[in-house]
Amino acid sequence: MTSQKDGNLNPHNRLMTGAEIFVRSLIEEGVDIVFGYPGGAVIGIYDALHDISDIKHILTRHEQGAVHAAEGYSKASGKPGVALVTSGPGATNTVTGIADAYMDSIPIVVFTGQVALKLIGNDAFQEADIVGITRPITKHNYLVRDVNELAPTIKEAFYVATTGRPGPVLVDLPKDVMASKAHFDYPKKVVMRSYNPHIQGHTKQIVKAAELINKAKRPVLYVGGGTILSNAAEELKALARKARIPVTTTLHGLGSFPENDELAMGMLGMHGTWYSNTAVNYCDLLIAVGARFDDRVTGNVDAFAAEAKKIHIDIDPSAISKNVKVDVPIVGDVKHVLRDLLPLVQTLDTKDWLQTIKQWKEEHPLRYRNGKHIRMQYVIQRIGEITNGNAVIVSDVGQHQMWAAQFFKYIHPRTHITSGGLGTMGFSLPAAMGASFARKDIPVISLSGDGGIQMNIQEFATCVEYKIPIKIFIMNNGYLGMVRQWQELFWRRRYSQVKMSSPDFVKLAEAYGCAGFRAVQKDEVNDVLAKAFAINDGPVVVEFKVVKEDNVYPMIPAGMTWKELMDVPDEELKSVKGETPEVEEIMTLAKG
Amino acid sequence: MSELTATPAAHGHDRKHTISILVENKFGAFNRIAGLFAAKGYNIDSLTVGPTEDDEISRMTIVTRGDDSVIEQIMKQLNKVINTVKVTDLTYESFVERDLALIKVQTKTDTRSEIMQIAEIFRAKIIDISPRTVTVEAIGSEQKVDAIIKMLKPFGIKELARTGRVALKREFQGEVN
Repeated sequence: MTSQKDGNLNPHNRLMTGAEIFVRSLIEEGVDIVFGYPGGAVIGIYDALHDISDIKHILTRHEQGAVHAAEGYSKASGKPGVALVTSGPGATNTVTGIADAYMDSIPIVVFTGQVALKLIGNDAFQEADIVGITRPITKHNYLVRDVNELAPTIKEAFYVATTGRPGPVLVDLPKDVMASKAHFDYPKKVVMRSYNPHIQGHTKQIVKAAELINKAKRPVLYVGGGTILSNAAEELKALARKARIPVTTTLHGLGSFPENDELAMGMLGMHGTWYSNTAVNYCDLLIAVGARFDDRVTGNVDAFAAEAKKIHIDIDPSAISKNVKVDVPIVGDVKHVLRDLLPLVQTLDTKDWLQTIKQWKEEHPLRYRNGKHIRMQYVIQRIGEITNGNAVIVSDVGQHQMWAAQFFKYIHPRTHITSGGLGTMGFSLPAAMGASFARKDIPVISLSGDGGIQMNIQEFATCVEYKIPIKIFIMNNGYLGMVRQWQELFWRRRYSQVKMSSPDFVKLAEAYGCAGFRAVQKDEVNDVLAKAFAINDGPVVVEFKVVKEDNVYPMIPAGMTWKELMDVPDEELKSVKGETPEVEEIMTLAKG
Repeated sequence: MSELTATPAAHGHDRKHTISILVENKFGAFNRIAGLFAAKGYNIDSLTVGPTEDDEISRMTIVTRGDDSVIEQIMKQLNKVINTVKVTDLTYESFVERDLALIKVQTKTDTRSEIMQIAEIFRAKIIDISPRTVTVEAIGSEQKVDAIIKMLKPFGIKELARTGRVALKREFQGEVN
């Protein structure tokens, strides 16, 4: 193995193949890990990668896994994630991951092989028009037609992916271009006449925002994933604490504000806390920070914070006034805008408002009744208590995802990773793998249901091969739980195609070569968690046999308003189905 | 409910807008813009694209319809396309516009001179002629081209090709058309 950084040959003195230029460009970008899968069209690139010690390549078992791993790595590290796949099916298998990254604004760069330029359009073997296919789901994409454009294109791809509102960028690499030769000269900077994102907020708008804040009696900070993407957690804390403003976060905002702080209200929206949704309904000023008024947050937009003045800070001008008209829009990077806003904001007299919220928290905490069977809420709450918030929770999609958002108190940014916008089942396992390479210091936990885990279960092999030390927790209720919940509540309990069987996950884990445990009764939970947290040299799979029919509350049905907010029904708190009351206890958790 | 949270529909009526977009001549740039209109469900009344004085840049002129909030989103989404250099909504400015149509009209001996008279009134040209047809080249504002087509329709239009609107902002904004 030779380190290319040492450069025994001056790169400027000899011609290099496109494949070599590709590898060197990645090194120049500081890429040290690539998730990928080889194939005919990228065989030259894989040959060039073979001797490189600066870049670790992780061979996933499916290209979708590679892209989710790149996303997970990016979300945990703040750096761009990189995936490398072959042409045709390799490229089309990345589509779901790319769409996921686009919806959640995750900076990744996906490199796809392509057939030789002269064969493009000929229905050649393993040909797919991946640039055409991914055009609506990438921030930008490129087909490299000339080896001399390769290095500048890679430089631009990373620049576009990581600046402004981040997002996925795809670079399509025809086989013959990668075999042709050119001098390697990596550009020092990117000059684009067409793309210049606004970083600084407009001073006049910031002053107007400060005036609104200083007049507010019942303000609420509504914080989204943009705050984490812009690394603005400290600035947010400073603003909230100085002005004494309570904070609610979106699903992707979790971790941007410590949920053990008295100003924290947890998540808002469809499955948000009772008090955060109520506070938003009664607030007189809503300050949206790096959030996009998604329909899962607002429900019926007309009734969302209807009485409040609204400030909206977002780097993407098209996110502003898309769903909700606001009084003071500020286009800019959250970190910069909050920094500029802080000195203009006074300490507000919100004592009464905070007292009201505190009372709401006491009256309407998150609740469930514990019996002898395992409830997902309990498992998640226990994980939170064991790790004290020092873990990366990577959830999948569905009921467990919402409970993971509710029953774990997030303290640090980049410790909550999930598929929010696209809602991609099968996201958690590969994303946790990627996150694990970014965070060696704290446990990385993959949470999935029995449905989601089976969508990318092949990645067990990757975890075992590279001894990736993640905890793979499977919440098995034998149902696609969230769809079943909707069928129960809104479709007259007609459970159409939501009951599903699973393999024996413990045996399956063993077959793949990793430790597997199972908990069937509630009193086994602590034991298996202890065993799982004791294993740190490789993956561990734990199956929790959880209550089959359980519903996520609070809930605001889709398109409805705060008035239709459903808290846990009393009968659900009275008894768990089929259990005797004496073993039961009501568990509560309030954020803040 | 406050005024500010009113739904987009309450903001006013659909209006025709002429949007001029300068884009980099890069692979896929045209598709990105056309695809955006398809993906977001925006209307396109007409779309033209052609070179400009700058070799690296093309100008697209799109005529679209929507209420204020839809147009605001269209402008923002167009600006978001990485290859876009500049987007201008000409609707609120003074601008010159031209549309070109080639109209192949059926003729008989007794209608040919009448068709030629109509063409003359519109300052259109006859650019091809055969025993049964004449082809008229009409250039002008969209309304003017609409008008000549309307006038020629009773004779029987055999084929019609139209460019759609191209437009440029007037240099002197005070000037009236």
